[in-house]
Formats: sequence, structure tokens, C-alpha cells
Amino acid sequence: MGLEEYKGVYIYAQQVDNKLSSIAFELIGKAKELAGDLGTDVTAVLLGSNVGGLTDELGEYGADKVIVVDDPKLETYRTEPYAQALSAVINEYKPDIMLVGATAIGRDLGPTVSARVKTGLTADCTKLDIGDFPLQPTEGKEDEQKHNQLLMTRPAFGGNTIATIACPNNRPQMATVRPGVMQKLPKEAGRKAEVIEFHPDLPENNRYVEIMNVVKAVGNVKNIQDAKILVSGGRGVGSKENFSILQDLADVLGGMVSCSRAVVENGWMPQDYQVGQTGKTVRPQIYFAIGISGAIQHVAGMEESDLIVAINKDEDAPIFDVADYGLVGDLNKIVPQLTEALKAEKEAAK
Amino acid sequence: MNIVVCIKQVPDTKGGVKFNPDGTLNRAAMLAIMNPDDKAGLEAALRIKDETGAKVTVLTMGLPKADAVLREAMAMGADEGILVTDRVLGGADTWATSTTIAGALRNIPYDIILTGRQAIDGDTAQVGPQIAEHLGLPVISYAEEIRVEGDSVIVKRQYEDRYHEIKAKMPCLITALSELNEPRYMTPGGIFDACDKDITVWGRADLKDVDDSNLGLAGSPTKIAKASDKVAKGAGEKVNLDPAESVNYLIGKFKEKHII
Repeated sequence: MGLEEYKGVYIYAQQVDNKLSSIAFELIGKAKELAGDLGTDVTAVLLGSNVGGLTDELGEYGADKVIVVDDPKLETYRTEPYAQALSAVINEYKPDIMLVGATAIGRDLGPTVSARVKTGLTADCTKLDIGDFPLQPTEGKEDEQKHNQLLMTRPAFGGNTIATIACPNNRPQMATVRPGVMQKLPKEAGRKAEVIEFHPDLPENNRYVEIMNVVKAVGNVKNIQDAKILVSGGRGVGSKENFSILQDLADVLGGMVSCSRAVVENGWMPQDYQVGQTGKTVRPQIYFAIGISGAIQHVAGMEESDLIVAINKDEDAPIFDVADYGLVGDLNKIVPQLTEALKAEKEAAK
Repeated sequence: MNIVVCIKQVPDTKGGVKFNPDGTLNRAAMLAIMNPDDKAGLEAALRIKDETGAKVTVLTMGLPKADAVLREAMAMGADEGILVTDRVLGGADTWATSTTIAGALRNIPYDIILTGRQAIDGDTAQVGPQIAEHLGLPVISYAEEIRVEGDSVIVKRQYEDRYHEIKAKMPCLITALSELNEPRYMTPGGIFDACDKDITVWGRADLKDVDDSNLGLAGSPTKIAKASDKVAKGAGEKVNLDPAESVNYLIGKFKEKHII
């Protein structure tokens, strides 16, 4: 395999119900940076049925090219035709780097495709850089150090350790990235990507499954990853009812309420609102951690927030180790008073 | 019907993480447990066994001491345990791990292979789908519910905002979410039986249709460039005041930062 044949930074442009997922734009944002370092361009791979209308949006968010595989078999996500299509794109166009969202789709498609094209895949990366592997040349083997490699950094052991991983001898270098970690570029209206239509064979085989039913979650759950301000509660809030004081604070700030795993386990809030290793990764402008002790699994999901405020009665709670501002005290007193004070400030500013 | 459940022994990151004096993770001091998603997969298999009389085999890859999770699984009701262990298999990434497990699975009959969605030490969620890829099987990830119907399985497959009800012909591979069920406890009788039973131990030579170049550290496409314990973000300011003063302090900080 001639590794030098593999060129360009590719991203999987996930769509569901023919609507692009936010992760597609986030990946383009990161891919632009990597492509800049490598002196190459960014290609979005769009798979689906009747998805031609989505290519413009990919261009406006920074994709230079869009490869479209449009096939009725790709109408609803199923591992097999999607893995066939993405593998075919990789085998035909030979990307140097292939980024996929660490979504419920990407964490199924990514491993399947990486095994099929025989390359490595690094899961749930939080940082991607271009650099050398090994990081430092080995004495006497300086010429064996490879340059322009994708260095993929990810947490492991429930966020206790950080590893930087390379894939020096196989291509493409594949990584999945959790939604909310990378930042999309501002939309540039009218910016066009070159569109390439590709029609690989998608032969039906024993691996095709039948979708009997698609059941969407009722109600429109607002995504906590989109919130600029999150007021997050933990076990210390004490009860489901008591989350109303967090909601009041969120309302005055125009934010949303989120929670820790313990809250979901107690049935106080649905899992959609859970922050952390087994929940969502968030990076709001302000994150309030209220009655949250700060287990590493929770911190892993929120530590990239711009500003962290912790309120906890236990002054030794680990959450104070990551908080910018820590208030030791009774949340039942502090939170309502804070809400009132913010309301008063708002009034005064009018 | 034959069901094989792939399980992994992992350090318990939930029950408090222990550190060495130098700040590195003290794995020896942490409890080794059966990975929670895998345990849900095992429970799902045992429920199918309860209904249909299927044979449940548990398989793990790891150090010799990983036989403990096989014993635990057998005490819960699994019929047989297979330990894949060999020095040359160490340091494997998900590609080499899935290649190894697929090589072991080629030796035994299976209608359903169950794995956990992901392990709590690596959190990759890759090994299940990659085993399916090596064996040419349909894969259904993120299973919330599993039932057997004739020669097929019907699985509720979870996505962020929906689920798909999926029908797949056996043989197939399913990755289980810990939400799938509440795993049963070991029974005293089961524990006695499990202690008496032999565990099958396989090494490199027992793996079928597997090339050396795809195994262990050397056969892993991904290489670790650097591993470090997480550097904690420096703590900011912490105040212990009465509530009104706390609020004033924070409002002051927000003003300083032009947040309000």
C-alpha cells in the first residue's frame, strides 16, 4: 500500500431524515484546520437518498468538495449499505484522514468501515493535530520518524488518563469525534463546494437487516449541547421538585437545566439532559454545577466550559478543583438569592 | 441455539479511582469487575436461555486472572467459559483485539454473539462491530431490547432521538447497552457449580484463520504516541461566606467579566 497515494481530509457528513447533523459542520471546522496544516482540502462525504439538496450547506460551512452517494438503499441508516458506501468512497478516493462523528450512527459505521478497509480508528477524540510520530525521533533512527501524521488525543479510563494516538502505517487515519467538542466555522452564504456524484455498487447480502419500525422520541427535546448557559444539578439538589429553583436561575439567564448521572438514576430528569462520560459533552459559556460533587466521569463532560461556577455545601467536593468560582454553602439559599440578584441587575440595566 | 457472550474484565472506574503517590492511576488497587455493558449482554443471553434452553458460552480475552469474570458469568448461569490468553496478544488495539476474538469464535458454533456496547476502561465501542466485520455477520449496535423469533432476532436499536426496531437473520452480532436489563445475581448453587467447571484456555495457536501480523501490539494499526494522567485544570477561587455575601461575590465576578 503506497501511503503517499492517500490525500485530503475527509469528513462523514451525517444526515438523519435528510437533515444534516450539527456534527457534520463541527467536523468540517476541524478538518479545515488540519487541511491547512497539510496544504490540502476538505471533502465531505454525504450518503443518503435524495440528499442532493444538502450539498450547498456543506459548502457554506467550509467543505471544498462533497462526494455524494445517493441511493434508495441509503434512505434510513443501516450499518450495511452505509458501510458499503463509505468503504467504496475510501477505496476509490483514498483519503489521508477520515473523520466521523462519535454519534450512535458514527460509533457503528466507523468501526465497521475501519475494519473493512483495514485501518486504525481512534474513538471519541477531543483533540486532533498534525505532527510527528514518534513525537521525538529515536536516536539513530531519525529518518524513521514520520511527519504530517494525524495525532489523535482522547480520554480513557473514565477520563482519568489522556492518550495521544497515531496511525502511522495504515490509511486513512480514522477518528471519531464527540458532538460538541469541535467548533463549526461561521456560515459563509453562497460559498460553493465542488460536488462529485459517485455510484458504487451496494449489493444486498446476508448483512442487510430489515427496519420494521422507526419510533421517534416524543416531544422536541432541546439539546443541552446547544445551550450557552447550563444550570446543572446533581444529587445534592435533593428532589425532582427542587429542580424548579435551578430552572428559575436558568430562565433568568436564558439557559437550560442539565444534570449529573445520579439525577438520571434517581429518575429526576431524563437522560437527554445528562452531562458526562455516559451523557453528553458540553462546552457552554457558563456552566453552573449545583449540588454536583464532581466525579471524574461528570467533569469529563463539562470541563471545557468557558466558565465554571460550583455551588456545594461540601467544601472538599472535587468539583471545586475545576471551578473558576466556587461557593461553599447551601444551594437552597444561594440559588434563589442569586436568581433574585440577577433579576435585579437585569431590571437595573433596562 | 448457541449464544456466545464476549465479556471483558475492567477496573471499576465508578467505585472511586485510586491514584499512586506520583499521581498515576493505581490499577492494582482498583476492583476488577465484569464490564457493565457486557453484563447486560450476558443477562440478555441468559433470558433467552431461560426461554429457549439455548446454550450460553462466555468468552474473554485478557490476562490469566481474567478467568474470574468467566467464573462469575458461569455462577450467573452461563454454561461454558473460554479464556483467550497469550503473551503475543498483549497490547492489542481494537483491530487486533477484534481479530483475536473473531479467530477464537471461528472454533465454536454460534447463532447470536453478544458483546457490550463499550467497556468502561477504553470506551471505544469498536470491538463488537469489528468482530462482526471479521466474521461477515450483520451487526446491531446499541440494543435496548432483544427477542428471538424463529430464525431471526428483533432488536430495539437506540439512537439519540429515536429507536429502530430491527429484524436480523441469525447468525448475527448484537452490542448491548447496560440499560437493556437488570443483571441477575450469582446463585450459591451457581457459584459452587462454577468452581467445579473447567474453563477452556486458548492461546495464539488456537485462533483460526488469523495472521500473526494482525495480532498484539505489533499488529495494531493505532500506536500510542503519548499517554499521561490527566492534568487537572487549576482550581479557581473558592469562597465560604453566608449566602447573601456569596451571591454578591459572584455578581461582582460576573460584572468584572462583563457577563452581566
